[in-house]
Amino acid sequence: MIPESSDLDTSNPAAQEPPPARTTAHSSVGEQLKIVIVGHVDHGKSTLIGRLFHDTGSLPEGKLEQLQRAAERRGVPFEWANLMDALQSERDQNITIDTAQIWFRTHKRQYVLIDAPGHEEFIKNMVTGAASANAALLVIAAEEGVREQSRRHGYLLGLLGVRQIAVLVNKMDLVDYSRARFEAIASEYREFLLSLGLQPNLFIPISAKQGDNIAQRGDRLAWWNGPTVLEALDSFTPSPAPVDAPLRFAVQDVYRFDNRRILAGRVESGTLRVGERVLFTPGNKVSTVKTIERWSAPPTLEARAGESIGITLTEQLFVERGAVGSLESDPPFELAHFKARVFWLGRQPLTKGRRYKLKLATQEADCGIETVEKIIDASSLAEVRRSEQPPCVRRHEVAELVLHTRRPVAFDVHGDFSATARFVLVDGYDVAGGGIILPNGYPRRTSDSLHKSTNIYWTSGKVTRQQRTLRNGHPGCVLWLTGLSASGKSTIAYELERQLFNRGRHVYVLDGDKVRHGLCSDLAFSPEDRKENIRRVGEMAKIIADSGTIVITAFISPYRADRRLVRSILNEGDFIEVYVNAPVQICEQRDPKGLYAKARAGQIKDFTGVSAPYEAPEDPELELRTDQATVEESVASIVEFLEQMNRKAREVSDMHR
Amino acid sequence: MDSLSRLENQSIYIIREAFNKFEHLAMLWSIGKDSTVLLWLARKAFLGHVPFPLVHVDTSYKIPSMIEYRDRLVREWNLELIVGKNEEVLRGGTTYPNGKATRVECCGTLKRDALKQVLDKHHFTGVIVGVRRDEEPTRAKERYFSPRDKNMEWNVEDQPPELWDQFKTDFEKGAHIRIHPLLHWTEVNVWEYIERERIPVIPLYFANGKGVRYRSLGCAPCTAPITSNARTVAEIIEELRQTRTPERSGRAQDKESEDAFEKLRRDGYM
Repeated sequence: MIPESSDLDTSNPAAQEPPPARTTAHSSVGEQLKIVIVGHVDHGKSTLIGRLFHDTGSLPEGKLEQLQRAAERRGVPFEWANLMDALQSERDQNITIDTAQIWFRTHKRQYVLIDAPGHEEFIKNMVTGAASANAALLVIAAEEGVREQSRRHGYLLGLLGVRQIAVLVNKMDLVDYSRARFEAIASEYREFLLSLGLQPNLFIPISAKQGDNIAQRGDRLAWWNGPTVLEALDSFTPSPAPVDAPLRFAVQDVYRFDNRRILAGRVESGTLRVGERVLFTPGNKVSTVKTIERWSAPPTLEARAGESIGITLTEQLFVERGAVGSLESDPPFELAHFKARVFWLGRQPLTKGRRYKLKLATQEADCGIETVEKIIDASSLAEVRRSEQPPCVRRHEVAELVLHTRRPVAFDVHGDFSATARFVLVDGYDVAGGGIILPNGYPRRTSDSLHKSTNIYWTSGKVTRQQRTLRNGHPGCVLWLTGLSASGKSTIAYELERQLFNRGRHVYVLDGDKVRHGLCSDLAFSPEDRKENIRRVGEMAKIIADSGTIVITAFISPYRADRRLVRSILNEGDFIEVYVNAPVQICEQRDPKGLYAKARAGQIKDFTGVSAPYEAPEDPELELRTDQATVEESVASIVEFLEQMNRKAREVSDMHR
Repeated sequence: MDSLSRLENQSIYIIREAFNKFEHLAMLWSIGKDSTVLLWLARKAFLGHVPFPLVHVDTSYKIPSMIEYRDRLVREWNLELIVGKNEEVLRGGTTYPNGKATRVECCGTLKRDALKQVLDKHHFTGVIVGVRRDEEPTRAKERYFSPRDKNMEWNVEDQPPELWDQFKTDFEKGAHIRIHPLLHWTEVNVWEYIERERIPVIPLYFANGKGVRYRSLGCAPCTAPITSNARTVAEIIEELRQTRTPERSGRAQDKESEDAFEKLRRDGYM
């Protein structure tokens, strides 16, 4: 019975050109709400969904009969849960393994119900289900009461940003519909949620198995005057798109179509308008939006939160995937470290010293843990105390920690708009954890620079970096030598300068003596002054490197954060951290200027290695063991590193030719 | 923003992620309504362009007008099409219509194996597929970015977490990722979008005065039309709002056993 092709056609003819799309939305499409069902294992989540479907007449034709026959064949009692447990392994074991979604409609709107597994083992699937929900139904069985996953799921809902929660006290039939039992559970769990800063919308006594208080009220819960589950669903409200929040436009890709350079991306929050000046972070480049690009849609002068669009700019900038566009007046933070609350799902613990990939909006950055401040067992809220070294966070634990990234990322603090305030961590091939960024008094990069530098724009000269590289035969860069006093930094720096100079390289050494006498003569040795000293050296090194010169710096620069700041102001790949490593005992024996002796005698305060800390690089580009290698060998290994880098740069530029 | 635009924007985001992350990317086009909507969304994502090839797995048992329609759109929309066929099995004749294989075995060789042959030949590591969660219960458990191992098998008991639009884009050599940009759409949403965008769909979906139409398209021997008088997209939308009959009720291969479809999908079926 195949319709013949002769009488095919015409209701929707294919068109050469895109037809004009209708501008008005179909009112009939209506509103959709996503609801996740969570709670401890066997507290009746899947049963609730089956009952909800049945009682609202939403089951597909023949589905009930099919499930009943299947139960008979298997010789087990019929279970509503089998409606959602679609996998053979789930039906065989009578458990939900993976999250599933199913649609149904009330007179008010359409719902997507997301069933989440209750076993601890399948937390990653619960998180997957809950992360996209607008609201949650949290199920607690009356006879068992509040259990580990009841609490852990509640905690995770808060972390994932689900703010509307109705708590259903299920299996009321097993406690004789006892009002006292219901109230005891409600009171215990309300207190738990409040301690997390979550305000539950409702508590409802139900029996999913018997159908009490699902779609209809029953005589058995006559004492209950509150809403049914169905009424509770209809009382939830959709999460509004953050159109009034600050603009964040996450660049996803750059396309070159029809001889135009188009930045493709999504407006994550706020509104983007043609003619507006937009700042792109990281990198701090500014241009004006020329057009907003869509295909087969009416042209508009603005795009609002949630829209996937393309834009063109009036001045061409080198902007890549990962850049975040904002208004200059309200940019994101741009730093290489931040404090976060992370939940860990990986099989291998999250461990200090290991490297992970951070994915935040469309940015990706190599990252690691700086400090673990607190580990929490989310099923009890108890703090986990372990003394193991290095510190690590195990599967299903939540932790507050400071992460540092290899280069600065643009981010916001978790609050009203969240796309740029949350991230996942990738371990190897796997997404192994997620987190939200916590406030921590971050310097608002433009808070003072905004006032000081409002009218300063980058002027690009007519000589490009490529042209300088081509003429010099090598690119400019910064070799940042860090290490203890007397570890050999200056000796290596000056020998390296001589050798590179003799090879025809443009090269220059910056060390303490050169800057302390002039540029930084107003600075002393307090931590603030040391930081400012390094910042100035970093900025100067950046300018000299930009001119095409290889800059070698020789500063103790004991603090990771200060070195990271310098890394963050340079282009990626231009900062080469060289750890000049010699044990403090060896340095002390060398002591060419007698400084260690003075420090030991108490004549110099805050002397690095003696009375002030040295924070060794965790992941330097190069490490020189100067207690084991000669100056010549150390210099040779830096020269070899530079040669390799040059070869790579040439290969890349050949590819692009 | 209305619901349909929300669905559309989310799908465009996913398609763009796939294009950014996979150098060897293709989109499966079954000629049906879903993958044609998907194709339309790709043109939205890339501003009128389709910067990757389309793969049509042709079992040679498709309804003939599907092939006509396919070739017409390829011409008119300037598409790059790769047709995958399991020539060996077709030559040997071990197919369901020949009576030499069950329906499920036939799907396994003519669709799944044919797909694997195309993926291997062209070294595709990302394949965009138009499946939806509301079609069928195992699809309800899918991820937007869903890994398949080197044998194309789906490890459904151990799927990657997926949150906040951060997808699994790192994977072992030899594996590939299925990308499902339509996962969150329903059958009605698809038709509402076809109506809004005036997307040309194959006329087999419409009743033509004979009281029947196709609701889901597959191979002629295993796909039955449904009783319907819906002649326009608007009438189809109206009909679907009323019905409680599942979408794939006309697809015979799903019904050979309770877990027939699950097994097919675990082994790499779409």
